[in-house]
Amino acid sequence: MNENTLKINLNWPLKIYEVLKENNIRQIAYVPDSGHKSLIQYCQNDTNMNMVSLTTEEEGMGLLAGAWLGGEKGVLLMQSSGVGNCINALASLTRACNFPLLMLVTMRGEWNEFNPWQVPMGKATEKVLSALDINVVRCETADEVQDTVYAMMGLAYKSNSATAVLLSQRLIGSKTFKE
Amino acid sequence: MQNYLLNRRYVVSQLLKDRKNSLIINGLGGTCWDVASLGDNELNFYVWGGMGNSCMIGLGLALSQPKRKVIVITGDGEMLMGIGSLATIAVKQPKNLSIVVFDNELYGETGKQKTHTGHCADLSAIAIGAGIKNSSIIKTNDQLLFLSSNINLIKELTFSQIKINNEEGPLVLPIREGAYIKTRFRKAVLGETALLE
Repeated sequence: MNENTLKINLNWPLKIYEVLKENNIRQIAYVPDSGHKSLIQYCQNDTNMNMVSLTTEEEGMGLLAGAWLGGEKGVLLMQSSGVGNCINALASLTRACNFPLLMLVTMRGEWNEFNPWQVPMGKATEKVLSALDINVVRCETADEVQDTVYAMMGLAYKSNSATAVLLSQRLIGSKTFKE
Repeated sequence: MQNYLLNRRYVVSQLLKDRKNSLIINGLGGTCWDVASLGDNELNFYVWGGMGNSCMIGLGLALSQPKRKVIVITGDGEMLMGIGSLATIAVKQPKNLSIVVFDNELYGETGKQKTHTGHCADLSAIAIGAGIKNSSIIKTNDQLLFLSSNINLIKELTFSQIKINNEEGPLVLPIREGAYIKTRFRKAVLGETALLE
């Protein structure tokens, strides 16, 4: 049996890109991540999107706060371990000022995880975000990604909310560590 | 600690003397009070929290408003906490962003403990190493006046580390309600319609 039996033939990263495009998302803050590889590529190929590679995820809170102050919308692409790096910036900048925020988080440490060092932060990710009063929705299957990202984008930018879409490891496929 | 010539309130007054429509982001603590000491301005985004992110706020703002000058005025402690952001900013090279660090080699708000710059860290060298070519260290009044007369004209990413002494001015605290500071700033920069989107 294939390890990723639920990875059906639907190009969900392209669907996310289309939602970002449709909503005039201009600043793409990201920490390179294999789960977001295709989406990063789609965005890089779009001359209307400004790619900002971060040294650590918490820089994304500052960047996207500044973007909004200047009238641009953005998104933060990262992995679940990066949520741990963001906690104070999320609380003391994003939440403290009611900045809109959309985070698209690829999950590690759950579905068929090979690396035990990824498990604790993966298990804590949703609880940490909830503790900060951030709106969190999980996507388990490819067919729900587009609608979910669209809805959380709306919640973020129409209602000044901090939001996170967790893209499950079952959806993105577990990392194999094979050549 | 060395006894540097420049006083922080004099430095901020020179830097922002001809600020025109420049957009100002401050760091936590001392630099926030310094900016506020010149009088309230709706083009100031007063940062009161999220230590280490002032320069990144400046980057996001500079990218979204490429025709406006953006000046980040922060302290050595705040800069050290977000030191990686210099590498992130250098990759983007926004021509309208200037970063100014008031370096008194102390964590002023927490009891004047010595920062890394009081030991051996060289922030302007780190900025050059990160890829910010126009990076300088300022210790004299002539150097300061050169910077202040050019800061609104420079079309290049710049980093200026200004060594300041330990003299403090009167405590001037600006407004601190984050959502209000944000919305007031957006209205001033983008107009009333931005609030109706």
